[in-house]
Amino acid sequence: MLSAAAQNPRPLLQRGGRKFNLQKCRRSRHFYHSVQAVSSFYPQSETLSSPSSSSEILTIRKSLLSRERKAVEIAQNYLNRLRSTEPQIRSFLHISQNVMSEAEQIDRKIERNEELGPLAGVLIGVKDNICTVDMPSTGGSRILENYRPTFDATAVRKLRECGAIIVGKTNMDEFGMGSTTENSGFQVTANPWNAERVPGGSSGGSAAAVSARQCVASLGSDTGGSVRQPAAFCGVVGMKPTYGRVSRYGLMAYASSLDVIGCFGSSVADAAILLEAIAGHDRFDATSSKREVPEFTSQLEAAEFLDSKPLKGLRVGVISETLGDGVDSGIVSSIQAAASHLEELGCTVKEVNMPSFSLGLPAYYILASCESSSNLSRYDGIRYGNQIAAEELTSLYGACRANGFGSEVKMRILMGTYALSAGYYDAYYKRAQQVRTLVQKNLKATLTENDVLISPAAPSPAYRMGEKKNDPLAMYAGDIMTVNVNLAGIPALVVPCGFSEVGPSGLPIGLQIIGAAFDEAKLFKVGHIFERTLQRCRFVPPLVDKDV
Amino acid sequence: MIMASICSRVVFSRSLLLCPSAFLTRRNGALFCTMQSSGTQTVTKGEMSKTPMEALPRKQTKVHEGMLKDYEAVIGIETHVQLSTLTKAFCSCPYMYGSQPNSTICPVCMGLPGALPVLNSKVIEFAVKVGLALNCELSLNSKFDRKQYFYPDLPKGYQISQFDIPIARNGFVDLDLPIEFGGGHRRFGITRVHMEEDAGKLLHSENGTGSQERTFFYKLSPGLGSNMKCFAMVTEFAVASFQYFDSIVDFNRAGVPLLEIVSEPDIRSGLEAAEYAAEIQRLVRYLGVSNGNMQEGSLRCDVNVSVRPIGQLEFGTKVEIKNMNSFSAMHRAIDFEISRQAVLHNEGQVDEIVQETRLWDEGAQRTITMRTKEGLADYRYFPEPDLPEVSLTREYVDKISASLPELPEMKRRRYEKMGLSMQDVLFLANDVNVCNFFDAAVEKGADVKMAANWIMGDIAAYLKNERFCINEIKLTPEELAELISSIKNGIISGKIGKEILLELVAKGGTVKAIIEEKDLITDPVEIEKMVEEVIAENPKQLEQYREGKTRLQGFFAGQVMKASKGKANPVLLNKILLEKLNANS
Repeated sequence: MLSAAAQNPRPLLQRGGRKFNLQKCRRSRHFYHSVQAVSSFYPQSETLSSPSSSSEILTIRKSLLSRERKAVEIAQNYLNRLRSTEPQIRSFLHISQNVMSEAEQIDRKIERNEELGPLAGVLIGVKDNICTVDMPSTGGSRILENYRPTFDATAVRKLRECGAIIVGKTNMDEFGMGSTTENSGFQVTANPWNAERVPGGSSGGSAAAVSARQCVASLGSDTGGSVRQPAAFCGVVGMKPTYGRVSRYGLMAYASSLDVIGCFGSSVADAAILLEAIAGHDRFDATSSKREVPEFTSQLEAAEFLDSKPLKGLRVGVISETLGDGVDSGIVSSIQAAASHLEELGCTVKEVNMPSFSLGLPAYYILASCESSSNLSRYDGIRYGNQIAAEELTSLYGACRANGFGSEVKMRILMGTYALSAGYYDAYYKRAQQVRTLVQKNLKATLTENDVLISPAAPSPAYRMGEKKNDPLAMYAGDIMTVNVNLAGIPALVVPCGFSEVGPSGLPIGLQIIGAAFDEAKLFKVGHIFERTLQRCRFVPPLVDKDV
Repeated sequence: MIMASICSRVVFSRSLLLCPSAFLTRRNGALFCTMQSSGTQTVTKGEMSKTPMEALPRKQTKVHEGMLKDYEAVIGIETHVQLSTLTKAFCSCPYMYGSQPNSTICPVCMGLPGALPVLNSKVIEFAVKVGLALNCELSLNSKFDRKQYFYPDLPKGYQISQFDIPIARNGFVDLDLPIEFGGGHRRFGITRVHMEEDAGKLLHSENGTGSQERTFFYKLSPGLGSNMKCFAMVTEFAVASFQYFDSIVDFNRAGVPLLEIVSEPDIRSGLEAAEYAAEIQRLVRYLGVSNGNMQEGSLRCDVNVSVRPIGQLEFGTKVEIKNMNSFSAMHRAIDFEISRQAVLHNEGQVDEIVQETRLWDEGAQRTITMRTKEGLADYRYFPEPDLPEVSLTREYVDKISASLPELPEMKRRRYEKMGLSMQDVLFLANDVNVCNFFDAAVEKGADVKMAANWIMGDIAAYLKNERFCINEIKLTPEELAELISSIKNGIISGKIGKEILLELVAKGGTVKAIIEEKDLITDPVEIEKMVEEVIAENPKQLEQYREGKTRLQGFFAGQVMKASKGKANPVLLNKILLEKLNANS
């Protein structure tokens, strides 16, 4: 498998092409039926008084400011749930010892009537590839077992400055390489909706933790869909911002030109609050943008003030290539229903074609592997991390890396090293860059004709554990919905939009809303209105539903 | 392109091969090795000379000039210049040569997970200056690339460098060869100039166990300034694992900006090569972008040498020479290598010239094999995604261009036009500080030739004895000009001038004040009185003088000088004396 993939990108291309070249799909018929036609996909049984999508962060803030609840109570509540669910979910690699003491500090601030940061008392989980000075940061890799950074990532520093309490470090596929979190060097995380399913990846721990309400919100990172796909699998909101919107300083690099820190929340508003806190230029990251960060949250309207057509005139393009062969029928219907829903909200919805859509996947895997083969060179056991005794230099490197890296990471390092080798550079790296430019142009053009584009976040609901373990190409193919967005560097928001089937075994499905560069505000607005008007859906897993 | 790192690499594997008994233990996360190291400070020296693979150039001493005439050497040089920016290329760490190991490091230059490089804009400015000074075409749009290889002194596993689009290319440098070697003007092509970062340095432990150094390192940590607190943690935490076999890695130098200057293969002899390197040194010093110090490693040259029979078009097999710590070492190393290869050609053993890297052994005065079988290293370059592309505007370049100082070549041509001999020109233009001093003195009205002579004579001697630089002495160019005009106008003698100069150089002050202090007699009446007294006291000599023995004028002058205790103005004295002696004849 490895050598086949490494020596020739064609199998990837062909497979992706065959599976996802959806030109032939049957969408000539009326694609968007009325909401009634597809509403059967929503669980009918649940009748809820309050939607699950109200902002937990705003609720916490309100109750703290009104002194209705203390920060320690809120923190204790979350920690209790974390302790009770963690044995099943295993989303955390490390849990902070300081949660209660930090909550106490918030309470003291409230007592002294001091100003509270926008995230005061909010428990936030941080993906383990984002450096935290007070907790180990391993990137999910054994090679960094017990490694403690000497600095906080800029995003983490900003969260702390806003009063957030970092609750712990969440599990992930080693260095972000994987789509199931099964490639973690330490543990496997379960999907809170179904313990036999994966939470997605690579930010599976962060998604599962928010889904299981182990924390209020969390940070992840998205190189090829690592925030959006797990958000979809776990039924939470996931935001992948524009490349450069959030500083990468302190994010362990996987593929530097694609990596971006993203946010998870149980509502669009929470994701928006979180992004507002961490976004902005950073002098420690030369690729971070100097663009001003808008106030995302102030633009979100309360549901009760929405008129009947709150999204009137918004041009929505449904990427037709994402709704054809190889995509689960449940997913297709859910997205069609979501499209109808948007139409009802006043949007003009039409199908759009993206000829370069299926090209993105192989290009992504070449570029990401190339960059990762370079980025992971620093893990050599000389300056930090585990060092293995050896007799001479080459064996020292060999032993450290052979012991420290998992098989998926080794495979991608090999693929990347191969693709960058003399004589192959033009055929792989350079060609992939050309494809990247093509995808960028294509998406940019489509986004000038449409305000947002929609697609599924993944071609299927959460996989069974082990399902993709021995078939890396199938796992890679699962990233088809998300990688183009990374190649283009544009933002995308994933909002839960339905379930794979009716009843308790239904798994959440995510709607991906793609916008133009630095247009996160529009995505939040669309996502927020969509979420607040989505009827009869409650995205709280049964596991924790009773106490939320 | 840059082979320095590779050099060290091989040293290690070989030294380990040479000590098969080396066994390693692991304690406290650090590796220790029981084998003894040679105790040298840097990796590139010492052990190498013991390698058994040495192929000695036979009959080296018997090379006669005649044989060399049939061959031509082709030489190209890669020069690494360390830029003297206040901070490193991609982080805000300072760099000072000789700092305690690992005292100027941070997450960025240590390559810690999550750290990112941010370009120091001074690096671009300095690179543009050098590019312009070397008459290069500048790339208004260039980029950084990653050059990948593993070595313990390379924190990230790749070096940030420039690959296919260097900041400057296709330039040339002009220079004048020294008169003592026959002189002559040369122009050598410059292929490219690119920016990159330096790697760390491996230090051998003295006792082989490394434990002392480890203690030493731990002691260092509290000493790092308060703003370096987190870096101290880096140091402390990382020290245990910095230890690599019998070496310690010092990362102070990691991330220091370098310019790599690659010459065309235009150079033909050791002398030309040494002069080329010296000109690069002058240039970077004139520009103020580097101290160009070879001993400190701020200027490093790797030389490629091949030899071919005269008339042959294609190049011979090239050999790379490293480890030359001075221009004269370069000169000798290259000339040695040329004759070594020429002898092999001459004896029909061209096959024995193999593509290899050789080291200059200063002790033995010869080059020795460091490693053969130069495999084509695959550095897997690709564009550095962490840094935006480098875009220069025309205005920016023009502004720098306008601010460039007068460069050595322009200086030399100007001095030549001023009427100075080539010897003087080369001496003065060699050192930017000397030039500035000379130019200032001339501007203050000093006679050109006299100023040059004083600087090259007494001042240079003083500088040499006291190991001073010309701007460290108390003498100002203004006073040198004053001194010269005082001598020229006869106010003081050359001899007194020399005394005054030495005083000015050591203690400072003004020429006028020293003349006054010395109480020099410049009053003609007073001198006349003394002259008359001396003539009156020596009637016999006066008679002889008037009989034609005019040589005795010197005797009288000496007597007057003696009487004035050396303070009489010599010009005045001689004038009056002559008048008196010839008065009644």
